[in-house]
Amino acid sequence: MSEAPAVGTSGIPCREECLLRPGNTNCGGCGMSVGLRFLGEALAEAGQRCSLVIPACCGIVTAGAFPTTSYGVPVVASTFASAPAVASGMASVRDLNGETDQVICWAGDGGTYDIGLATLSAAAERNENIIYVCYDNEIYGNTGGQRSSATPPGARTATTPSGKPEQKKDIVAVMAAHGVPYAATLSIAHPEDFRRKLRTALRLEGMRFLLMHSPCPTGWKSEPGESVELVRLAVASGLFPLYEVRDGERYRINVEPDGTDPLEYFKRQRRFDLGRIDIDEVRQACRRRIERLRALSERFPIGAEA
Amino acid sequence: MPLELVTGNHAAGHSLAVAGEANRSARGVVCGIYPITPQTEIVEFVARFPFTKGRVVPVESEHSAMGVAIGGSVAGARAFTASSSNGLAYMAENVMVAGFYRLPIVMVAVNRTLGPPWNIWVDQGDTLMLRDFPWIQLYCESNQEVADTTLLAFRLAEDHRILLPALVAMDAFIVSHTQTETDLAPQELVDRYLPPLELPHRIRPDDPRTIGGLAWPAESLSMRVEFDEAMQRVPEVYEEAREAFLDLFGRDPGAAVQPFACDDADAVLVATGTIATTAREVVRRRRERGERVGLIKMKMFRPFPADELVRLLEGADRVGVLDRNYAAGIGGVFGHDLKAAMQGRRDDLLVQDYLTGVCGGDVTPEMIDSVLDDLLERASAGRPVWVGVEAPEEARK
Ligand code: SF4
Repeated sequence: MSEAPAVGTSGIPCREECLLRPGNTNCGGCGMSVGLRFLGEALAEAGQRCSLVIPACCGIVTAGAFPTTSYGVPVVASTFASAPAVASGMASVRDLNGETDQVICWAGDGGTYDIGLATLSAAAERNENIIYVCYDNEIYGNTGGQRSSATPPGARTATTPSGKPEQKKDIVAVMAAHGVPYAATLSIAHPEDFRRKLRTALRLEGMRFLLMHSPCPTGWKSEPGESVELVRLAVASGLFPLYEVRDGERYRINVEPDGTDPLEYFKRQRRFDLGRIDIDEVRQACRRRIERLRALSERFPIGAEA
Repeated sequence: MPLELVTGNHAAGHSLAVAGEANRSARGVVCGIYPITPQTEIVEFVARFPFTKGRVVPVESEHSAMGVAIGGSVAGARAFTASSSNGLAYMAENVMVAGFYRLPIVMVAVNRTLGPPWNIWVDQGDTLMLRDFPWIQLYCESNQEVADTTLLAFRLAEDHRILLPALVAMDAFIVSHTQTETDLAPQELVDRYLPPLELPHRIRPDDPRTIGGLAWPAESLSMRVEFDEAMQRVPEVYEEAREAFLDLFGRDPGAAVQPFACDDADAVLVATGTIATTAREVVRRRRERGERVGLIKMKMFRPFPADELVRLLEGADRVGVLDRNYAAGIGGVFGHDLKAAMQGRRDDLLVQDYLTGVCGGDVTPEMIDSVLDDLLERASAGRPVWVGVEAPEEARK
């Protein structure tokens, strides 16, 4: 590496562990920015290096235009559906050469829940030695905000103008059903939990799947300054429970919902038309979900080892 | 080397495997595999090969098979895959990426009719669908040519003056499943022919570069120009790789464009793949009868060897192109490209396209004779001629 301090695309110097450099193209209040910072810090703390594989999504636009890059690590852009396959090839070569740097996929919900699901499922089934982080903004942010299978019911998007009728796909359950060594949810409103899970993921081997609730002010029609508060409400109300699953069979809830009404979450974003949401049904669904996770955590606990 | 009785598929599988093994002192080999008839035996072969330093990844689709090859190649491994027909269509997006990333991936493709209707027999429409993609394309005629060309393709693709992926094509069943005695290259010689891959632009963990992010039109354009320059260097580097092969293995893997009895020919046929074998025999017989006919076998299709064709066709006044493919609204792809290449250089040349064996039907010597009869009688070229079409009136009712 050169002697000069690393600089971002804006020319602002950044620290060595700066995975996301200043001058990137992310919108203000984008959850992805915070997530990438946490990831960079966790890698630096663990003394590990990484390469990123990023499919079509806001995360690859983040890099900025050739010949500059907003990423402080090597990045390979993949086609929309290919990130886990490209990462499989890269991780294979790394392993063949006895190297230890992490190969990390960083993908939006479209590349994860939808177009990339077959590839992700196959990589999970093969237990590829990669970390996969989905920053779930629940919308196709990069194309201007259309529905995805991660979009929650009732959310208005460009392709569901009167609110999405279907449920959000439970991608963590899908991944856990593959028996992957580690699957966990992340919230930037709970940085200590976030960092601990990154540490766990960096320590383990095989397919590690992390789902991060990623505020998207552009798509959520929310105030950038409220992003962290919004995802905090999602955790507190049980809309986005924080939990982890080991080997697809042992569970732990990390943050118990505190009785906050999901209505608070909906009210802060102009993507929801409150008149069209059956809030009682949402409350019941949150309750059922957390009760099920609680039962699993008690019956099949992760225990203290991790 | 002792000759072995193998299919075209096993000839290809063997060459892919030993080429991969030859990278064992570098960063190894990575292969993404997904089966499709009639290619399946190739990936089965490499899946069983005991690589010293390699990984064969059995993926869930052709799209991912190329994805794994892309990942392996950007990380510096020798990478390859194989496919056919609708599998290539499904893979297409990543085929394009491999080219524009300048990754020297080698793919063996068994030419098979694109469906629907469901049809497993030979037709070049699948690889020719990729004709505007940034790949070298080479078409083979025999098991031996498949075995040798596959090795040559790695040397060509990995040459630092080129750094482009290469596709090696063979005919479904006629080559892929037919056993002939084939000289399979021994590892020691392959080790000498294929130096360990050194990919200059491979990713390195301490070098933060984004490969494939956004580029403005001016930068994208300059990359396309560089790509075109690399393509233009292919014929010359191909010749070098061919000569090196001949020196080392004592066999000619075959020129990019292969003339037969062309020197004083007035009428020349152009053929690819196994049709060239049949056409050569027809031309030989007619030569015995004193007819001034010849044949050009086109092995290299991308880049299109226009200069070489102009040179070889200097004395001819008419060309008949045997196209085992059909491009909607155009006719045959080879014929179309040949016409374009001759424009402004040989405007007096009559170029007639014949659609032969499209969708996998046999191309018999009689059919090629009828093509030559038609070609010799012509006053001018016309629309592409469908050859061997039986009108199944009864079936249509
Ligand atoms: S559109 Fe949304 S996800 Fe994309 S950069 Fe902006 S805030 Fe982030």
